[in-house]
Amino acid sequence: MPEARATVSEGLHGFHGGLLLDEHKAPACDRPVCDIPLVEEYVLPLHMHIGAPAIPVVAEGDRVRRGQLLARPDDFISAGIHAPTSGVILAIEPRALPHPGGLSAQSIVLKADGRDEACEPLDPWPDYHDKSPVEIRSRLREAGIVGLGGAVFPTAVKLATANPGGVETLVLNGAECEPYISCDDRLMQEEPLAILRGAQVILHAVSASRCLIGIEDNKPRAVAALQEAIDRLAAEEGEARFEIKVVPTIYPAGGEKQLIRTLTGIEIPRGRHLTDYQMLCLNVGTAASSWRAVVDGRALTERIVTVAGGGVHASQNLRVRIGTPVAKVIEAAGGYTPGVDRLLMGGPMMGFALHEDEVPVVKATNCLLALRPVDREPPPTPQPCIRCSRCSEACPADLLPQQLYWYARAQQFDRSHDYHLFDCIECGVCSAVCPSHIPLVQYFRHAKTEIWSQEREKVKAEHARRRFEFHNERIERQKAEREAALAKKRAAIQAAQEKKAKQAAAGESEAASADGEKEKSAAGMSIEAARARAKARKAQAQDPAKAQDRRQASPELGDDAGPSGTPPEGDAPDDRPQDDRPGGAS
Amino acid sequence: MKFPVQTSPHVEATSSVSDLMTTVLWALVPGTVVAVWLLGWGVLFNVMLAVGAAWLAEALMLWLRARPFRPALTDRSVLITGWILALCLPNLAPWWLPVVGAVFAVVVAKQLYGGIGYNLFNPAMVGYVVLLVSFPEAMTRWGAPIDGGAASLSLTQAAQWTFLGVLPAATGFDALSQATPLDQWRMLVTHGGEIRGVAASVWQGGGWSLWLNLAFLAGGAWMFYRGAIRWHIPVAMIAGVLLMSGLLWGIDPARFAGPMFHLLAGGVIFGALFVATDPVSASTTPRGRLVFGFGIGVLAVLIRSFGNYPDGVAFAILLMNLAVPLIDYYTQPPVFGRKPGHATESVTQSRGES
Repeated sequence: MPEARATVSEGLHGFHGGLLLDEHKAPACDRPVCDIPLVEEYVLPLHMHIGAPAIPVVAEGDRVRRGQLLARPDDFISAGIHAPTSGVILAIEPRALPHPGGLSAQSIVLKADGRDEACEPLDPWPDYHDKSPVEIRSRLREAGIVGLGGAVFPTAVKLATANPGGVETLVLNGAECEPYISCDDRLMQEEPLAILRGAQVILHAVSASRCLIGIEDNKPRAVAALQEAIDRLAAEEGEARFEIKVVPTIYPAGGEKQLIRTLTGIEIPRGRHLTDYQMLCLNVGTAASSWRAVVDGRALTERIVTVAGGGVHASQNLRVRIGTPVAKVIEAAGGYTPGVDRLLMGGPMMGFALHEDEVPVVKATNCLLALRPVDREPPPTPQPCIRCSRCSEACPADLLPQQLYWYARAQQFDRSHDYHLFDCIECGVCSAVCPSHIPLVQYFRHAKTEIWSQEREKVKAEHARRRFEFHNERIERQKAEREAALAKKRAAIQAAQEKKAKQAAAGESEAASADGEKEKSAAGMSIEAARARAKARKAQAQDPAKAQDRRQASPELGDDAGPSGTPPEGDAPDDRPQDDRPGGAS
Repeated sequence: MKFPVQTSPHVEATSSVSDLMTTVLWALVPGTVVAVWLLGWGVLFNVMLAVGAAWLAEALMLWLRARPFRPALTDRSVLITGWILALCLPNLAPWWLPVVGAVFAVVVAKQLYGGIGYNLFNPAMVGYVVLLVSFPEAMTRWGAPIDGGAASLSLTQAAQWTFLGVLPAATGFDALSQATPLDQWRMLVTHGGEIRGVAASVWQGGGWSLWLNLAFLAGGAWMFYRGAIRWHIPVAMIAGVLLMSGLLWGIDPARFAGPMFHLLAGGVIFGALFVATDPVSASTTPRGRLVFGFGIGVLAVLIRSFGNYPDGVAFAILLMNLAVPLIDYYTQPPVFGRKPGHATESVTQSRGES
């Protein structure tokens, strides 16, 4: 642990709760970032960002070079994927993902040829100032830039949400509050200028007037390096928009909302975007890779990954190409130590355990943490909650985890909702402080999943109900129409019969000619009936048009009636443009 | 290489229930030592009997309920229940009094509700109230403090009294026992008399309760320092006692005792620090804890002043235990980003600037 601390800035606002953790940042944070050797095979999942999976633009057997586009962004919220080195596309097939559920998904498998030839970069824009925000956004999109703090939200989309209201303040997140992780720390120490240049690009793209850089006070060297770079920019170019804010080291200071609260005192409620408050928040790594994408035309093909924990021989930061198998990265860090029994992607608070190490490093991989039992105690058996409320005292979202737990356990999910379950950022503080060792976060994740699936069921049931009602309505209408037609027909027959009866009464003497009359009236009746049918058909022909309208309207109705104020809006992880995750964002 | 999978967070636990309970047990020590010194060995017998009975009752109930023994018997919460109950009992109580109280507290008020964490009421207070209602005579066997009182009995003499009901030849029970200040005050109130004398006796003849309360305060400070309790409940409860008694005293000083008398007599300090702060049966929100503590203070004074029992702290705590779900519901702190006025102000502010 570095002894020295940077001086905490004045005028900060802090946030409720939080937790002091053993930092374990050394020795990785003291060692320079190293490259790792090329490996034979790279696996690039098509879906390693928030939004729609990318669509492959290469086929099996294609030769590709480093930086070449392998899969293009599919939807508005999506990101491209690029070749980490030169080689041949071996396959496009399902491969194991780094995922808490151990899922597999469609991935591009690239066999490296060892030559590592680069393709033509995108058009470099050293002078990007004459480029419009739209052009810069499309460049970021082309280059596959996503939030590198862990949320992997496409940066171009994040910038696009900023435009309507404009942005006043850009916040760079260099807090990195999770224990062990030091990739941002190293980046700030080694390439402060890349970060600042990247921030300048973003400031230009959203026409913001200032940039705050939030860093925890346990990174004095990063603060010093950035300050020096800021001073240089100020001296050379008169750049005065940057300001470093040193924040106290308390987990989760790097959570986006917690950092914004600390720096500005503003609390962003759930469901609101930072841009509603004229702010934008990016991870420092994202800023640096944005600079490379815009100024050098280089796509995102590598990132810094902290490899740490007692489970590896040499804790350090490595510059890893996206798609490198985790096992190879661990090898580059000296391999496992004996007794390693847990491998995490991300930090110890919010990271998830990997089932195996034959999964690739993806854009979200900020840390690979290998732990041995000596690095942590065996999980004690959970005991009943004694309502000591240490969890609520420590909750950075001001929730009452003890109540949420009660309702989650009782499966009273509507009550969990009342207690703002969806404001939970799953930072893990409550679980960590619980004297009864209750895995609270796990309960909350479960409850959220349950509620989402219930909501989906509800929406489905609502659709079904509407469909059924519409069906009934149609049946009713058709029946009514049929009856109307029938009634007309009957009326016609009756009229004819009456006429006939009158005629019969009028002249029985003309009985001889009656037969002829009868035939005539029968003919008249059939004409009447045909007319009625035609009318009915006409009516029907108009009605389907109405029905069509209704059918088009019904899904909208369904959506409206669906989750009034409940999950899908801001909760589904897939459509939240903000980096809520403290661990990673750090 | 394959790995077993666990969910986050992957950090070691920073505390445990038994740590918490151990802190409370240590905090009970100074008060108990002073109580033994002032009130005699009977206090120690009470503690040992109640704690032992509570522990055995817990084990028995766990066995009957087919629950694992280890976690419940090692979390030490049951020892606190027995100990707290014991400190509420008269120092000349017969042996079966703490035993019956502790067994009832653990079996009915704790285990039948589902064990630790599930009890609505504070078990020790339930046990105390049951004894108070069922054995009113035994519950008044208070020996006078220090000189000439129960403390003058030797260990053997005290044991003989507790277990066999036998006193040394020359000593009569009446010589040992003395009505507590609260009892005296109640007698005066009901039979008409001068209240001032009793209040003064707290400081002169009854100065002992000051020492006892200081010892409990020391324990409370330790618990606070170790984070086992928060300040809200004790402070709010004492404020409630002072305000309510001050109000009554201001209205009619001849009929009602003063705030200092209420604060130092009976179980106010002890209850505020050790009983009302029991996390399981107390409110859990910061504002809720203030309401909860204040309510206990007010109710305790009201019960003392208008009720049938000399001390109202136990009843007040149980009544407020009953109100906890309601209090907790209405005192939820506003969650992040939804503090009244906060977000909207910021919006207008930043819009205004830009």
